[in-house]
Amino acid sequence: MARTNDLILRTTTALIAFILLGFSVYLFFAGHNKPGGGFIGGLMASAALVLMNMAYGLDVIRKVIRVNYLYMIFTGLLIAVGTGVGSFLFGAPFLTHNFGYFQLPILGRTELATAILFDLGVYLTVIGVTMTIILTVAADREESE
Amino acid sequence: MEELLNFTKTLIHISSIIAIIGVSVSVIILLYRTMRGPTNPDRAVALDVIGVNIMALTGLIAILLVSTQFNDVILLIGILLFIGTVALAKFLEKGVIIERDMD
Repeated sequence: MARTNDLILRTTTALIAFILLGFSVYLFFAGHNKPGGGFIGGLMASAALVLMNMAYGLDVIRKVIRVNYLYMIFTGLLIAVGTGVGSFLFGAPFLTHNFGYFQLPILGRTELATAILFDLGVYLTVIGVTMTIILTVAADREESE
Repeated sequence: MEELLNFTKTLIHISSIIAIIGVSVSVIILLYRTMRGPTNPDRAVALDVIGVNIMALTGLIAILLVSTQFNDVILLIGILLFIGTVALAKFLEKGVIIERDMD
């Protein structure tokens, strides 16, 4: 089969993957007051990773992004459980969340909630599960040949 | 002044409903192409344009409901549409979507 040239796909991927990752981070932080949250943000980040895998191939991306997605699921679940267990330190029931107002350097007076730590756990778990499923299916065929 | 405001409101309402009907007719014609398309690339292109029409529908419905909560959804549909179309095109061209080694 003739070699095909993927120059347009690769160039657009190099530009669009950053927009996708930025949109994913925006959705992750917008989840408190607007549509968004950890789940859809994680799906967007994994969409960016899938696009990079489609454009550059499995081996290249595995060299560039050295992340074991199974460990990423583990880390996400650990963070999510940790925010639940952490409420025991303050004598509160399991999964009690709190918030407060802080004076940040650039952003000014900001409301910071501990729910974002739970959302971070959801985010990492969703990325890990999605990428594990897709990359396992993608790497399946050529190993058996 | 109040009368002008009400007139503009009705005008936007009626025109967005007319636009929704137009886009819906376009989606129906594209569904015909998706079902009866002679080749698979025809179906892929038709599905891509259906996605663009769905983006337009989302925007029009956001106008109709006077809401800004749908703006993220429009961007989301566009991104997923792009990735899905690239995946379909790679499958039709090469038979695999994610290759192991491309060089």
